[in-house]
Amino acid sequence: MQGFRRISLGILAMLASINVYADYSWNFPTPATPMALDTLHVHNKFMTITGIIFVVVLLIMIYSIFAHRKSKAYKPVFDKVPSTAVEIFWTLIPFVILLLIDFVIMGIPAYHSVVMMEDTRDKATMVIKITGSQWRWQYEYMDGDAKGIKFVSNLSTPKEQTEKGFQGVKDDHYLLEVDNHLVLPVGEKVRILMTSNDVLHNWWVPQFGSSRVAVPGFLRETWVQVDRAGTYRGQCKELCGKGHGYMPVVVDAVPMDQFKIWVADKKDELAKASAGSDKEWTKEDLVANGKNVYEKNCAVCHQITGAGLPPAFPPLTGSKIANGPIFGADGKYLKDSHLDRVLNGIRVMPAWKTMLNDTEIASVITYERNALGNSVGDVLQPAQVKAARQ
Amino acid sequence: MSTTTVAHHEEHHDHPVGIMRWLTTTNHKDIGTMYLTFALIMFLVGGVMILAIRAELFQPGLQLMNPEFYNQLIGVHALIMIFAALMPAATGFANWMIPLQIGAPDMALPRLNNWGFWLLPPSAILLTLPFTLALFGIGDGALATGWTFYPPLSVQGGIGVDFAIFAVHLLGISSVLGSINIIVTLFNMRAPGMTLMKMPMFAWGWLITAFLLIATIPVLAGAVTMLLTDRHFGTHFFDAAGGGDPIMFQHLFWFFGHPEVYILLLPVWGFIPQILETFSRKPMYGYKAQVYSLWAIGALAVVVWAHHFFTAGMPVPALLYFMYSTMAISLPLAVLFFCWIKTMWKGSMSFETPMLFAVGWIILFGIGGLTGLVLADVAADAQYHNSYFVVAHFHYTLFAGGIMGIMAGTYYWLPKMTGHMYNEKLGKLHFWLTAISFNLTFIPQFFLGLAGMPRRIPDYALQFTEFNMISSIAAFVLGFSQLLFVYNIVTCARGGKKATDQVWEGAKGLEWTLPSPPPYHSFTEQPTVK
Repeated sequence: MQGFRRISLGILAMLASINVYADYSWNFPTPATPMALDTLHVHNKFMTITGIIFVVVLLIMIYSIFAHRKSKAYKPVFDKVPSTAVEIFWTLIPFVILLLIDFVIMGIPAYHSVVMMEDTRDKATMVIKITGSQWRWQYEYMDGDAKGIKFVSNLSTPKEQTEKGFQGVKDDHYLLEVDNHLVLPVGEKVRILMTSNDVLHNWWVPQFGSSRVAVPGFLRETWVQVDRAGTYRGQCKELCGKGHGYMPVVVDAVPMDQFKIWVADKKDELAKASAGSDKEWTKEDLVANGKNVYEKNCAVCHQITGAGLPPAFPPLTGSKIANGPIFGADGKYLKDSHLDRVLNGIRVMPAWKTMLNDTEIASVITYERNALGNSVGDVLQPAQVKAARQ
Repeated sequence: MSTTTVAHHEEHHDHPVGIMRWLTTTNHKDIGTMYLTFALIMFLVGGVMILAIRAELFQPGLQLMNPEFYNQLIGVHALIMIFAALMPAATGFANWMIPLQIGAPDMALPRLNNWGFWLLPPSAILLTLPFTLALFGIGDGALATGWTFYPPLSVQGGIGVDFAIFAVHLLGISSVLGSINIIVTLFNMRAPGMTLMKMPMFAWGWLITAFLLIATIPVLAGAVTMLLTDRHFGTHFFDAAGGGDPIMFQHLFWFFGHPEVYILLLPVWGFIPQILETFSRKPMYGYKAQVYSLWAIGALAVVVWAHHFFTAGMPVPALLYFMYSTMAISLPLAVLFFCWIKTMWKGSMSFETPMLFAVGWIILFGIGGLTGLVLADVAADAQYHNSYFVVAHFHYTLFAGGIMGIMAGTYYWLPKMTGHMYNEKLGKLHFWLTAISFNLTFIPQFFLGLAGMPRRIPDYALQFTEFNMISSIAAFVLGFSQLLFVYNIVTCARGGKKATDQVWEGAKGLEWTLPSPPPYHSFTEQPTVK
């Protein structure tokens, strides 16, 4: 049983190293970075070594189980303690073999892999910052042409598919699709700075072979260099609360010229969005826009209807904060007002000022005050949010 | 289990009957029986939890529960299996067998022993009570952080975290008390002539376990207490905003958590060689080498903790140190494997249920050990870490290496404890069902992990479906097979073929010189060992 497993794994490992299988689910997925390729080789090598050890020892045991039986009237032969130099020499040989396997055959490649994995700076041509939060990833480009591009990446699998009792057909990339993909140029070494807004997360794409915990209040580093164009999918792999299974990572690796076009487009788009914060919006537009923002970002906890999931996630319908005043007599927003809560967060509630732009925050607040069973009637303009940030 | 034992001897002694007998008992066999019964019950409770999880994971999408409840089940399953099933089972065997094996009338500190046990039921209640409270609208359920309590998630969590922290405090006190008792007993109450290097291997395994527990449990207790003050009293041990560090918790937790693995396994490494020598009908090979290896593993256990969180970020020298020191554990472990197999080699073997479990245990625990060696590699660990590969790995070490070991011990000593033989056919059926369904449950999980499925997710992408289905079906077979185990134990306790004093043809050692079941106060005359 176990023997078969090891043997088949060993065979697969050999097949993998000569790259016969393009996409098999018996081993790591096809590597896309030098790191992942290295990991696959290390893994295959170690699996083969341990597989051989396992099979050899198992065969010795099986032989003994069949040969040295009482039912075959086999008489026990009592062991002697190895005493002569020759006997001690033979006893020590397996020990030496194991030392060799541990610290030379496995130990030396492992050393080089560690050094390679931790070298995040050498020859890195660009830097991005990844921020984990419950339950989405935020990406920011730190240098070069793309500097200043910053966006949030949310799960985009339709909500009804993830709900209890859904019977229909699920998307091909069920739970592995997001609204905004991270876009990286092919062949460039990208240094990744990692942090978190709330709890621990872990940014992981299996085909990249690197994973690193995002720790709130600290910067962690890793790097990727995607050598083949394509779309790569992964997931958070550090338990981060109820949405842990719902914060996928999707990365598009594109050639440099396409990357440049994407950068230009994205910059345009962001400029337009921030321009929106200067114009006067109608209530209907804000509510309509706010509905989108709400369902993408807020409904996970506060629910589509605004009923919340008490006690952890309070309802918005009829809530004091969502129905109370926002601004005080001096024209500044009040502490613990609706705007304060959305901008700065509290406990489990994230601080949205780092993730949403002025228009989005104004829209979602206006929506929450005029829908979900609330009818305060007032309107919050993006310009007011912009002013409140200062 | 020892009801019959006691009914027979009750009239000679003056102790309370009914529930008061169990509450006030200071007899090592009574307490051992309570530990073992408690462990069996909690094993079933933890098992039901994981079957609910496997049912949910049978196919993609949410069918039975919401993610919050799912997260509660995984953490409580682990805590129950580790602290309320495996550890009490090992302590139960220690209580029953150590005095018998070393020729002592009882444990050295009988009242402490009683207290050690009676701390367990309240802590089990503390762990599971939040589930019930949530039904009545109080709090939001049990601990939902996984058994590792990692902050800041555990700082964010609800009352379940506080309940679990206090449960861990109680369990920790219970373990330390039990450990003190075992160390004192082993150092002071051995029969004349039994030097330390003549102690049965089980006593050695437990001696080292006891030292590990005393060294590491206080660190865990401290860490969870710091968590408690972070949650309620405004401290910032694990909060960067106040100068703390969430990763420091991981260092403290795994300083306990890694030795904990050996705490669970060392008692098993103690009695498995005894089972092997009994059914191979020749003395175990390399007694001294085994004892030294146990010490070496005990020492290495406390210096390798950080391999549990390589991906959390560490300087390169630290990564290399923890990688190589972890690999070094394979050396003493290989010595043990060598000795175990050499004990079988050229023996005159027969395969009663305990021997089946012991041999199956060597093979399956071997897989756990070898995959552990691979996991030590830092670069590859970036892939394995927190994937199903790790889940499969530690179930090979803790289910196969721990629980199947405990099962071997149960079948081995049950006739001695109850005075009756268990049903051999059912025992063998139980072994084969367990071994096969265990492999079918966890082999697919190795492949799931390699393919990229993270652990602790309530729902998964479509490409993981087939392996999860196989794993779930096998898990149910595995779960229901354990009912055979329970049935066999219960019927054996109630009656059956009388067991002889020696029980097994090849059994050697002081415990087999006493009648089955042994008298209430074991040795009326102190035996001597040559």
